[in-house]
Amino acid sequence: MSEVRKDLKYLDTHEWVKLDGNIATIGISDYAQHSLGDIVYLELNQVGDKVSYKKSFAAIESVKAASDINSPVTGIVVEVNESLMDTPELINEDAYSAWLIKVEITDESSLSGLLNAEEYTTICK
Amino acid sequence: MEKTVLYEEHLKLDAKMVEFGGFLMPLEYSSIALEHKAVREACGLFDVCHMGEIYIKGLDALNFVNHLITSDLSNVEESKMLYGLLLNEEGTVIDDLMVYKFSDEDILLVVNASNKDKDYEWILKQKINFDCTVIDRSSEIGLLALQGPHSDFVLNKYTDYELEKIKFFHFTKMIINKKEFLVSRSGYTGEDGFEIYGDTLDVLDLFKVLSKDKDVTLCGLGARDTLRFEAAMPLYGHELSDQISPLEAGLNYAISYNKDFIGKNALLKLKEIGVKRKLVGLELLERGIARSTYLVYKGEVEIGEITTGYMIPNSTKAYALAYIKSENAVLGEEVFVKIRNSFVRAVIRDKKFLEKKYKK
Repeated sequence: MSEVRKDLKYLDTHEWVKLDGNIATIGISDYAQHSLGDIVYLELNQVGDKVSYKKSFAAIESVKAASDINSPVTGIVVEVNESLMDTPELINEDAYSAWLIKVEITDESSLSGLLNAEEYTTICK
Repeated sequence: MEKTVLYEEHLKLDAKMVEFGGFLMPLEYSSIALEHKAVREACGLFDVCHMGEIYIKGLDALNFVNHLITSDLSNVEESKMLYGLLLNEEGTVIDDLMVYKFSDEDILLVVNASNKDKDYEWILKQKINFDCTVIDRSSEIGLLALQGPHSDFVLNKYTDYELEKIKFFHFTKMIINKKEFLVSRSGYTGEDGFEIYGDTLDVLDLFKVLSKDKDVTLCGLGARDTLRFEAAMPLYGHELSDQISPLEAGLNYAISYNKDFIGKNALLKLKEIGVKRKLVGLELLERGIARSTYLVYKGEVEIGEITTGYMIPNSTKAYALAYIKSENAVLGEEVFVKIRNSFVRAVIRDKKFLEKKYKK
Protein backbone atom coordinates (compact mmCIF):
# COMPACT_ATOMS: atom_id res chain seq x y z
CA MET A 1 0.00 0.00 0.00
CA SER A 2 1.31 3.44 -0.90
CA GLU A 3 1.43 6.14 1.73
CA VAL A 4 -0.70 9.26 1.30
CA ARG A 5 0.15 12.10 3.71
CA LYS A 6 -2.78 13.91 5.25
CA ASP A 7 -1.04 17.31 5.44
CA LEU A 8 -0.35 17.53 1.70
CA LYS A 9 -2.36 18.34 -1.42
CA TYR A 10 -2.08 16.40 -4.65
CA LEU A 11 -2.53 16.39 -8.40
CA ASP A 12 -4.24 13.47 -10.13
CA THR A 13 -0.91 12.96 -11.98
CA HIS A 14 0.69 11.98 -8.63
CA GLU A 15 2.59 15.11 -7.55
CA TRP A 16 2.33 16.37 -3.97
CA VAL A 17 2.48 19.98 -2.79
CA LYS A 18 2.99 21.39 0.67
CA LEU A 19 1.60 24.91 1.06
CA ASP A 20 3.33 27.25 3.47
CA GLY A 21 2.05 30.81 3.02
CA ASN A 22 2.72 31.62 -0.63
CA ILE A 23 5.54 29.07 -0.92
CA ALA A 24 4.75 25.66 -2.41
CA THR A 25 7.11 22.71 -1.93
CA ILE A 26 6.63 20.11 -4.66
CA GLY A 27 7.49 16.43 -5.05
CA ILE A 28 6.08 13.16 -6.39
CA SER A 29 3.90 10.85 -4.33
CA ASP A 30 4.83 7.51 -2.81
CA TYR A 31 2.43 5.88 -5.28
CA ALA A 32 4.32 7.56 -8.15
CA GLN A 33 7.75 6.45 -6.99
CA HIS A 34 6.46 2.91 -6.55
CA SER A 35 4.89 2.81 -10.03
CA LEU A 36 8.02 4.24 -11.64
CA GLY A 37 10.41 1.81 -9.98
CA ASP A 38 14.12 2.59 -9.58
CA ILE A 39 14.56 6.30 -10.28
CA VAL A 40 17.89 6.95 -11.96
CA TYR A 41 17.72 10.40 -13.50
CA LEU A 42 16.16 13.76 -12.87
CA GLU A 43 15.97 16.87 -15.02
CA LEU A 44 14.76 19.89 -13.05
CA ASN A 45 14.20 23.51 -14.05
CA GLN A 46 16.10 26.44 -12.53
CA VAL A 47 15.53 29.15 -9.98
CA GLY A 48 13.63 31.98 -11.66
CA ASP A 49 11.79 29.72 -14.12
CA LYS A 50 8.03 30.03 -14.37
CA VAL A 51 5.89 26.97 -13.70
CA SER A 52 2.17 26.58 -14.41
CA TYR A 53 -0.63 24.56 -12.86
CA LYS A 54 -0.77 21.06 -14.38
CA LYS A 55 2.05 21.87 -16.84
CA SER A 56 5.25 19.84 -16.98
CA PHE A 57 8.26 21.41 -15.22
CA ALA A 58 10.65 18.48 -14.98
CA ALA A 59 11.42 15.01 -16.25
CA ILE A 60 11.99 11.99 -14.07
CA GLU A 61 13.41 8.75 -15.41
CA SER A 62 13.25 5.30 -13.94
CA VAL A 63 15.31 2.43 -15.34
CA LYS A 64 12.56 1.66 -17.80
CA ALA A 65 11.04 5.00 -18.88
CA ALA A 66 10.95 8.79 -18.82
CA SER A 67 7.96 10.66 -17.38
CA ASP A 68 6.90 14.29 -17.01
CA ILE A 69 6.33 15.90 -13.64
CA ASN A 70 3.56 18.51 -13.53
CA SER A 71 3.37 21.52 -11.29
CA PRO A 72 0.49 21.66 -8.81
CA VAL A 73 0.76 25.48 -8.70
CA THR A 74 1.45 28.50 -10.87
CA GLY A 75 4.43 30.60 -9.85
CA ILE A 76 8.19 31.14 -9.96
CA VAL A 77 10.83 28.65 -8.86
CA VAL A 78 12.70 29.97 -5.82
CA GLU A 79 14.69 26.86 -4.85
CA VAL A 80 15.78 23.63 -6.54
CA ASN A 81 16.82 20.49 -4.66
CA GLU A 82 20.15 20.18 -6.50
CA SER A 83 21.37 17.34 -4.26
CA LEU A 84 18.77 15.03 -5.79
CA MET A 85 20.41 15.30 -9.21
CA ASP A 86 23.19 12.94 -8.12
CA THR A 87 21.05 10.81 -5.81
CA PRO A 88 17.60 10.53 -7.44
CA GLU A 89 17.16 7.15 -5.72
CA LEU A 90 16.35 9.12 -2.54
CA ILE A 91 12.91 9.66 -4.09
CA ASN A 92 12.36 5.88 -3.94
CA GLU A 93 13.49 5.82 -0.32
CA ASP A 94 11.18 8.59 0.88
CA ALA A 95 9.12 10.42 -1.72
CA TYR A 96 7.80 12.93 0.83
CA SER A 97 11.23 14.05 2.07
CA ALA A 98 12.76 14.23 -1.39
CA TRP A 99 11.18 17.48 -2.54
CA LEU A 100 12.07 18.70 -6.03
CA ILE A 101 11.44 22.45 -6.15
CA LYS A 102 9.97 25.29 -4.13
CA VAL A 103 7.74 27.76 -5.91
CA GLU A 104 6.50 31.22 -5.00
CA ILE A 105 2.84 31.16 -5.94
CA THR A 106 1.82 34.03 -8.24
CA ASP A 107 -1.71 32.92 -9.05
CA GLU A 108 -3.83 31.37 -6.31
CA SER A 109 -6.86 30.70 -8.50
CA SER A 110 -5.79 27.15 -9.32
CA LEU A 111 -5.26 26.07 -5.68
CA SER A 112 -8.89 25.05 -5.40
CA GLY A 113 -8.24 22.43 -8.08
CA LEU A 114 -5.84 20.48 -5.85
CA LEU A 115 -6.93 17.18 -4.31
CA ASN A 116 -6.90 16.54 -0.58
CA ALA A 117 -5.48 13.29 0.83
CA GLU A 118 -8.85 11.56 0.85
CA GLU A 119 -9.63 12.45 -2.75
CA TYR A 120 -6.14 11.48 -3.86
CA THR A 121 -6.31 8.11 -2.08
CA THR A 122 -9.23 7.05 -4.27
CA ILE A 123 -7.05 7.63 -7.37
CA CYS A 124 -4.30 5.41 -6.01
CA LYS A 125 -6.49 2.33 -5.90
CA MET B 1 -4.78 -11.09 -23.24
CA GLU B 2 -3.05 -14.41 -22.58
CA LYS B 3 -1.63 -15.52 -19.24
CA THR B 4 1.13 -18.00 -18.59
CA VAL B 5 0.64 -20.95 -16.25
CA LEU B 6 2.58 -18.94 -13.64
CA TYR B 7 0.23 -15.93 -13.67
CA GLU B 8 -1.39 -16.67 -10.30
CA GLU B 9 2.05 -17.20 -8.73
CA HIS B 10 3.19 -13.78 -9.93
CA LEU B 11 0.16 -12.14 -8.32
CA LYS B 12 0.85 -13.98 -5.05
CA LEU B 13 4.45 -12.79 -5.22
CA ASP B 14 3.17 -9.23 -5.67
CA ALA B 15 4.85 -8.71 -9.05
CA LYS B 16 4.14 -5.57 -11.02
CA MET B 17 2.50 -6.92 -14.18
CA VAL B 18 2.75 -5.59 -17.73
CA GLU B 19 1.41 -6.50 -21.17
CA PHE B 20 4.06 -7.95 -23.46
CA GLY B 21 3.63 -9.80 -26.75
CA GLY B 22 -0.04 -10.43 -25.98
CA PHE B 23 0.72 -11.82 -22.51
CA LEU B 24 0.36 -10.42 -19.02
CA MET B 25 3.88 -10.83 -17.65
CA PRO B 26 5.81 -9.77 -14.53
CA LEU B 27 7.69 -6.51 -15.16
CA GLU B 28 9.46 -6.58 -11.80
CA TYR B 29 9.12 -8.27 -8.41
CA SER B 30 11.47 -6.20 -6.26
CA SER B 31 13.27 -3.67 -8.46
CA ILE B 32 14.82 -3.84 -11.91
CA ALA B 33 18.17 -2.69 -10.51
CA LEU B 34 18.25 -5.44 -7.85
CA GLU B 35 17.11 -8.09 -10.30
CA HIS B 36 19.70 -7.00 -12.87
CA LYS B 37 22.41 -7.18 -10.23
CA ALA B 38 21.27 -10.63 -9.09
CA VAL B 39 21.71 -12.03 -12.59
CA ARG B 40 25.12 -10.43 -13.05
CA GLU B 41 26.40 -11.61 -9.66
CA ALA B 42 24.30 -14.59 -8.54
CA CYS B 43 21.16 -16.20 -9.97
CA GLY B 44 17.85 -14.93 -11.33
CA LEU B 45 14.71 -16.83 -12.31
CA PHE B 46 12.48 -15.68 -15.19
CA ASP B 47 9.07 -16.79 -16.41
CA VAL B 48 9.48 -17.03 -20.18
CA CYS B 49 6.50 -19.33 -20.79
CA HIS B 50 5.20 -16.78 -23.27
CA MET B 51 7.80 -17.84 -25.86
CA GLY B 52 6.50 -19.98 -28.74
CA GLU B 53 7.59 -23.59 -29.38
CA ILE B 54 7.11 -24.91 -32.90
CA TYR B 55 8.22 -28.45 -33.74
CA ILE B 56 9.24 -29.51 -37.26
CA LYS B 57 9.18 -33.30 -37.60
CA GLY B 58 9.64 -35.70 -40.51
CA LEU B 59 12.02 -36.85 -43.23
CA ASP B 60 12.59 -33.37 -44.63
CA ALA B 61 12.69 -31.50 -41.31
CA LEU B 62 16.35 -30.51 -41.61
CA ASN B 63 16.04 -29.37 -45.24
CA PHE B 64 12.87 -27.46 -44.46
CA VAL B 65 14.35 -25.60 -41.50
CA ASN B 66 17.45 -24.81 -43.54
CA HIS B 67 15.16 -23.41 -46.24
CA LEU B 68 13.46 -21.20 -43.65
CA ILE B 69 16.38 -19.80 -41.68
CA THR B 70 19.54 -17.82 -42.46
CA SER B 71 22.01 -19.96 -40.50
CA ASP B 72 23.06 -23.50 -41.48
CA LEU B 73 21.71 -26.35 -39.38
CA SER B 74 23.18 -29.16 -41.52
CA ASN B 75 26.55 -29.31 -39.76
CA VAL B 76 25.19 -28.68 -36.30
CA GLU B 77 25.52 -31.77 -34.13
CA GLU B 78 22.54 -33.32 -32.41
CA SER B 79 21.67 -31.82 -28.99
CA LYS B 80 23.04 -28.47 -30.05
CA MET B 81 21.28 -25.17 -30.63
CA LEU B 82 21.64 -22.59 -33.34
CA TYR B 83 20.57 -18.94 -33.55
CA GLY B 84 18.84 -18.00 -36.79
CA LEU B 85 16.59 -15.53 -38.54
CA LEU B 86 13.37 -16.09 -40.41
CA LEU B 87 13.37 -13.74 -43.43
CA ASN B 88 10.76 -12.88 -46.05
CA GLU B 89 11.59 -12.76 -49.78
CA GLU B 90 12.57 -9.08 -49.38
CA GLY B 91 15.28 -10.16 -46.96
CA THR B 92 13.85 -8.40 -43.91
CA VAL B 93 13.24 -10.10 -40.59
CA ILE B 94 10.01 -11.94 -39.75
CA ASP B 95 11.49 -13.15 -36.46
CA ASP B 96 14.69 -14.27 -34.79
CA LEU B 97 14.68 -17.67 -33.18
CA MET B 98 16.57 -20.46 -31.45
CA VAL B 99 16.74 -23.82 -33.20
CA TYR B 100 17.09 -27.02 -31.15
CA LYS B 101 18.29 -29.98 -33.21
CA PHE B 102 17.28 -33.31 -31.64
CA SER B 103 17.98 -35.05 -34.96
CA ASP B 104 17.66 -34.33 -38.69
CA GLU B 105 14.02 -35.32 -38.41
CA ASP B 106 13.12 -33.68 -35.14
CA ILE B 107 13.72 -29.96 -34.68
CA LEU B 108 12.33 -27.37 -32.28
CA LEU B 109 12.03 -23.68 -33.12
CA VAL B 110 11.68 -21.31 -30.18
CA VAL B 111 10.18 -18.02 -31.34
CA ASN B 112 9.16 -14.67 -29.87
CA ALA B 113 5.74 -14.56 -28.19
CA SER B 114 4.63 -11.54 -30.20
CA ASN B 115 5.46 -13.29 -33.50
CA LYS B 116 4.33 -16.82 -32.67
CA ASP B 117 1.12 -16.90 -34.73
CA LYS B 118 2.63 -14.97 -37.63
CA ASP B 119 5.64 -17.35 -37.68
CA TYR B 120 3.46 -20.46 -37.56
CA GLU B 121 1.34 -19.29 -40.51
CA TRP B 122 4.44 -18.29 -42.48
CA ILE B 123 6.12 -21.63 -41.85
CA LEU B 124 3.02 -23.60 -42.88
CA LYS B 125 2.77 -21.57 -46.10
CA GLN B 126 6.39 -22.40 -47.05
CA LYS B 127 5.99 -26.12 -46.48
CA ILE B 128 5.06 -27.08 -50.07
CA ASN B 129 7.25 -29.98 -51.34
CA PHE B 130 8.72 -30.75 -47.92
CA ASP B 131 7.81 -34.02 -46.20
CA CYS B 132 7.39 -32.91 -42.59
CA THR B 133 4.82 -31.66 -40.14
CA VAL B 134 4.68 -28.34 -38.29
CA ILE B 135 3.32 -28.51 -34.75
CA ASP B 136 2.71 -25.46 -32.56
CA ARG B 137 3.10 -26.74 -28.98
CA SER B 138 3.39 -23.29 -27.37
CA SER B 139 0.36 -23.71 -25.14
CA GLU B 140 1.50 -27.10 -23.74
CA ILE B 141 5.10 -26.16 -23.04
CA GLY B 142 6.34 -23.92 -20.25
CA LEU B 143 9.76 -22.29 -20.08
CA LEU B 144 11.84 -20.99 -17.18
CA ALA B 145 15.19 -19.25 -17.50
CA LEU B 146 17.69 -19.57 -14.67
CA GLN B 147 20.42 -17.01 -15.35
CA GLY B 148 23.62 -15.85 -13.71
CA PRO B 149 26.95 -17.20 -12.46
CA HIS B 150 25.30 -19.22 -9.65
CA SER B 151 22.71 -20.91 -11.91
CA ASP B 152 24.81 -24.05 -12.01
CA PHE B 153 25.00 -24.19 -8.20
CA VAL B 154 21.25 -23.65 -7.85
CA LEU B 155 20.09 -26.16 -10.47
CA ASN B 156 22.49 -28.74 -9.06
CA LYS B 157 20.39 -28.86 -5.86
CA TYR B 158 17.41 -30.26 -7.78
CA THR B 159 18.99 -32.68 -10.25
CA ASP B 160 21.49 -35.55 -10.26
CA TYR B 161 22.55 -34.68 -13.78
CA GLU B 162 26.19 -33.60 -14.06
CA LEU B 163 25.66 -30.08 -15.28
CA GLU B 164 29.26 -29.49 -16.33
CA LYS B 165 28.53 -31.94 -19.18
CA ILE B 166 26.27 -29.36 -20.84
CA LYS B 167 28.34 -26.78 -22.63
CA PHE B 168 27.07 -23.42 -23.84
CA PHE B 169 24.42 -23.81 -26.58
CA HIS B 170 23.99 -27.56 -25.90
CA PHE B 171 20.88 -29.19 -24.46
CA THR B 172 19.71 -32.44 -22.92
CA LYS B 173 16.77 -34.06 -21.19
CA MET B 174 17.14 -34.33 -17.42
CA ILE B 175 15.14 -35.05 -14.31
CA ILE B 176 14.68 -32.02 -12.09
CA ASN B 177 12.55 -32.22 -8.99
CA LYS B 178 11.39 -35.72 -10.12
CA LYS B 179 10.03 -34.56 -13.48
CA GLU B 180 11.56 -34.62 -16.95
CA PHE B 181 12.62 -31.36 -18.57
CA LEU B 182 14.52 -30.25 -21.66
CA VAL B 183 17.40 -28.09 -20.49
CA SER B 184 19.75 -25.98 -22.59
CA ARG B 185 22.73 -23.98 -21.42
CA SER B 186 21.70 -20.67 -22.92
CA GLY B 187 19.80 -17.49 -22.24
CA TYR B 188 19.18 -13.88 -23.05
CA THR B 189 21.27 -12.09 -20.44
CA GLY B 190 24.93 -12.51 -21.46
CA GLU B 191 25.53 -14.75 -18.43
CA ASP B 192 25.90 -18.47 -17.94
CA GLY B 193 22.54 -20.08 -17.29
CA PHE B 194 19.87 -22.57 -18.28
CA GLU B 195 16.61 -22.52 -20.17
CA ILE B 196 14.28 -25.19 -18.84
CA TYR B 197 11.34 -26.49 -20.91
CA GLY B 198 8.65 -28.80 -19.64
CA ASP B 199 4.94 -29.55 -19.50
CA THR B 200 3.23 -26.46 -18.16
CA LEU B 201 2.15 -28.06 -14.86
CA ASP B 202 5.64 -29.43 -14.20
CA VAL B 203 7.01 -25.96 -14.91
CA LEU B 204 4.53 -24.51 -12.42
CA ASP B 205 5.71 -26.97 -9.74
CA LEU B 206 9.35 -26.25 -10.49
CA PHE B 207 8.75 -22.51 -10.37
CA LYS B 208 7.15 -22.85 -6.94
CA VAL B 209 10.23 -24.70 -5.69
CA LEU B 210 12.85 -22.46 -7.30
CA SER B 211 11.09 -19.24 -6.32
CA LYS B 212 11.43 -20.22 -2.64
CA ASP B 213 15.16 -20.97 -2.96
CA LYS B 214 17.17 -18.40 -0.99
CA ASP B 215 19.84 -18.34 -3.70
CA VAL B 216 17.33 -17.34 -6.38
CA THR B 217 16.10 -13.83 -7.17
CA LEU B 218 12.85 -13.58 -9.11
CA CYS B 219 13.28 -11.42 -12.19
CA GLY B 220 10.78 -9.79 -14.50
CA LEU B 221 10.82 -8.56 -18.07
CA GLY B 222 12.24 -5.21 -16.96
CA ALA B 223 15.55 -6.78 -15.95
CA ARG B 224 15.36 -9.19 -18.88
CA ASP B 225 15.45 -6.16 -21.18
CA THR B 226 18.25 -4.26 -19.40
CA LEU B 227 20.31 -7.48 -19.29
CA ARG B 228 19.87 -8.42 -22.94
CA PHE B 229 20.51 -4.79 -23.90
CA GLU B 230 23.77 -4.64 -21.95
CA ALA B 231 24.78 -7.88 -23.69
CA ALA B 232 23.82 -6.16 -27.01
CA MET B 233 21.36 -8.90 -27.98
CA PRO B 234 18.66 -7.72 -30.39
CA LEU B 235 14.99 -7.60 -29.44
CA TYR B 236 12.37 -8.00 -32.15
CA GLY B 237 10.38 -4.78 -32.49
CA HIS B 238 13.44 -2.71 -31.57
CA GLU B 239 16.66 -3.83 -33.28
CA LEU B 240 14.80 -6.20 -35.64
CA SER B 241 11.59 -5.88 -37.67
CA ASP B 242 10.16 -6.58 -41.11
CA GLN B 243 11.58 -3.19 -42.13
CA ILE B 244 15.13 -4.16 -41.13
CA SER B 245 17.71 -6.34 -42.89
CA PRO B 246 19.98 -8.57 -40.80
CA LEU B 247 22.87 -6.96 -42.66
CA GLU B 248 21.89 -3.61 -41.12
CA ALA B 249 21.58 -5.27 -37.71
CA GLY B 250 25.14 -6.62 -37.98
CA LEU B 251 23.98 -10.24 -37.75
CA ASN B 252 26.24 -11.50 -40.54
CA TYR B 253 27.48 -14.32 -38.29
CA ALA B 254 23.96 -15.80 -38.38
CA ILE B 255 23.84 -15.90 -42.19
CA SER B 256 25.20 -18.82 -44.19
CA TYR B 257 25.50 -18.14 -47.93
CA ASN B 258 26.64 -21.65 -48.83
CA LYS B 259 23.03 -22.90 -48.85
CA ASP B 260 19.68 -21.60 -50.12
CA PHE B 261 17.18 -19.93 -47.84
CA ILE B 262 14.26 -17.56 -48.19
CA GLY B 263 15.54 -14.00 -48.54
CA LYS B 264 19.05 -14.99 -49.66
CA ASN B 265 18.80 -13.26 -53.05
CA ALA B 266 17.65 -10.05 -51.44
CA LEU B 267 20.59 -10.20 -49.02
CA LEU B 268 23.09 -10.81 -51.84
CA LYS B 269 21.69 -7.82 -53.73
CA LEU B 270 21.86 -5.60 -50.63
CA LYS B 271 25.39 -6.79 -49.94
CA GLU B 272 26.39 -5.61 -53.41
CA ILE B 273 24.87 -2.11 -53.15
CA GLY B 274 25.68 -1.77 -49.44
CA VAL B 275 23.43 -1.03 -46.48
CA LYS B 276 22.11 2.50 -45.93
CA ARG B 277 22.23 2.28 -42.13
CA LYS B 278 23.95 0.25 -39.46
CA LEU B 279 23.25 -0.71 -35.89
CA VAL B 280 25.87 0.89 -33.62
CA GLY B 281 26.49 1.36 -29.94
CA LEU B 282 26.33 4.85 -28.41
CA GLU B 283 27.74 6.09 -25.14
CA LEU B 284 26.38 9.33 -23.77
CA LEU B 285 29.05 11.85 -22.85
CA GLU B 286 26.70 14.13 -20.91
CA ARG B 287 23.88 13.56 -18.44
CA GLY B 288 20.81 11.96 -19.98
CA ILE B 289 19.30 8.68 -21.12
CA ALA B 290 18.74 8.01 -24.83
CA ARG B 291 15.48 6.10 -25.18
CA SER B 292 13.93 4.12 -28.01
CA THR B 293 12.74 6.38 -30.93
CA TYR B 294 14.86 9.39 -29.87
CA LEU B 295 16.65 10.88 -32.89
CA VAL B 296 20.39 11.14 -33.48
CA TYR B 297 22.02 14.16 -35.13
CA LYS B 298 25.34 15.11 -36.65
CA GLY B 299 25.39 18.88 -36.38
CA GLU B 300 21.87 19.81 -37.42
CA VAL B 301 21.36 16.84 -39.72
CA GLU B 302 19.30 13.88 -38.56
CA ILE B 303 21.37 10.70 -39.07
CA GLY B 304 19.56 8.03 -37.11
CA GLU B 305 17.29 6.75 -34.38
CA ILE B 306 17.70 4.98 -31.04
CA THR B 307 16.29 1.43 -30.87
CA THR B 308 16.97 0.76 -27.17
CA GLY B 309 18.74 2.82 -24.52
CA TYR B 310 19.23 2.63 -20.78
CA MET B 311 21.29 3.88 -17.95
CA ILE B 312 22.84 0.54 -17.03
CA PRO B 313 21.34 -0.41 -13.65
CA ASN B 314 23.70 0.17 -10.69
CA SER B 315 25.99 2.36 -12.79
CA THR B 316 25.98 5.88 -14.20
CA LYS B 317 26.77 4.71 -17.74
CA ALA B 318 24.11 5.55 -20.29
CA TYR B 319 24.35 3.46 -23.46
CA ALA B 320 22.12 3.02 -26.47
CA LEU B 321 21.76 0.99 -29.64
CA ALA B 322 20.90 3.06 -32.71
CA TYR B 323 20.50 2.75 -36.45
CA ILE B 324 22.80 5.35 -38.01
CA LYS B 325 23.31 6.25 -41.68
CA SER B 326 26.23 4.13 -42.91
CA GLU B 327 28.38 7.14 -43.84
CA ASN B 328 28.08 8.40 -40.26
CA ALA B 329 28.47 5.04 -38.54
CA VAL B 330 32.13 5.53 -37.70
CA LEU B 331 33.53 4.38 -34.34
CA GLY B 332 34.66 7.33 -32.23
CA GLU B 333 32.48 9.88 -34.07
CA GLU B 334 30.72 12.38 -31.83
CA VAL B 335 27.00 12.83 -32.41
CA PHE B 336 24.01 14.34 -30.58
CA VAL B 337 20.94 12.60 -29.23
CA LYS B 338 17.84 14.78 -29.00
CA ILE B 339 16.43 14.20 -25.51
CA ARG B 340 13.25 16.21 -24.97
CA ASN B 341 14.39 19.74 -25.93
CA SER B 342 18.15 19.36 -25.62
CA PHE B 343 20.88 17.92 -27.75
CA VAL B 344 23.08 15.63 -25.64
CA ARG B 345 26.60 14.65 -26.75
CA ALA B 346 27.30 10.99 -27.43
CA VAL B 347 30.01 8.96 -29.11
CA ILE B 348 29.60 6.04 -31.51
CA ARG B 349 31.22 2.92 -30.07
CA ASP B 350 31.14 -0.87 -30.37
CA LYS B 351 28.24 -2.80 -28.89
CA LYS B 352 30.41 -4.64 -26.35
CA PHE B 353 28.90 -2.96 -23.31
CA LEU B 354 29.48 -6.21 -21.39
CA GLU B 355 32.10 -8.96 -21.31
CA LYS B 356 30.13 -12.20 -21.68
CA LYS B 357 31.03 -15.15 -19.46
CA TYR B 358 29.66 -18.25 -21.14
CA LYS B 359 30.72 -21.83 -20.23
CA LYS B 360 32.09 -22.85 -23.62
